[in-house]
Amino acid sequence: MIIYIAGVLIIAGLFFFLVGSIGMIRLPDFYSRLHSAGIIDTMGLLLSMSGLALLILNEFNLGNFLSAIKIILIIVFIFLTSPTATHAIVDAGIRAGLKPWEKKQ
Amino acid sequence: MKTRQRMITFCFTFSFLFLFWVVFSGKFDLFHISLGVISCLLVSWITSDLLIVTHDVAKFSRLFIGFTLYIPWLLWQIVLSTIHMFPIIFSPDIHNKINPKIIKIKSRIRDHVGIVTFANSITLTPGTITVVANMYGDMVVHAIDDECAEALPGDMGEKVAKLFAE
Repeated sequence: MIIYIAGVLIIAGLFFFLVGSIGMIRLPDFYSRLHSAGIIDTMGLLLSMSGLALLILNEFNLGNFLSAIKIILIIVFIFLTSPTATHAIVDAGIRAGLKPWEKKQ
Repeated sequence: MKTRQRMITFCFTFSFLFLFWVVFSGKFDLFHISLGVISCLLVSWITSDLLIVTHDVAKFSRLFIGFTLYIPWLLWQIVLSTIHMFPIIFSPDIHNKINPKIIKIKSRIRDHVGIVTFANSITLTPGTITVVANMYGDMVVHAIDDECAEALPGDMGEKVAKLFAE
């Protein structure tokens, strides 16, 4: 049973990875593409990693439990560091004088 | 009093680090545990005043409870704004659907950790990215369409401000 839930979570996570990648290609400029990259490292990562954690907990013992905690910690650390990296990239773009794409009136 | 507070932060840092050591190593024999104890003692002796800056136990526990309530709400907001991004990404006329703009917002948060939490939450929700945030609560945000821009600072700002209220 738990293996099917894990499978659904992983496939949903991969679907969000796909959506984020399509958005990254389709959106017009550097700044708006970062929004689409945001989908990848929030929803995609969250779903696929929780799927993996469930999958490894299918066979429950201490080693697998510690591995599941490590996978959850991957989510925690990426949620802390990824916004910081995004901020650094955007700030570099603004400082270098790259103008954001705007809708023509 | 000062030494007692120091002891408390030292013990807390040590137990926090040692918990991580046990989780990451996964080996419970005497050799690995004693290595962990030695290195955690060393690190918490050097850095115990960096990890925990507040000595107020009541404030610390209130923050902890606040964060445990805030994180599920933030995850739910991430789901909602991801769903909001879907029709934009798959729309055939993508250049009319989006309206990227840079807006300035003012939040009433003054706490440094609070500002960082708020800025990170804004960047984590797809559709909005924090460009600049400073310690006076001024923020510059890049939003992908009007709806995302109008939703700021809004509920999220209120929740973080309440979390870090003095």
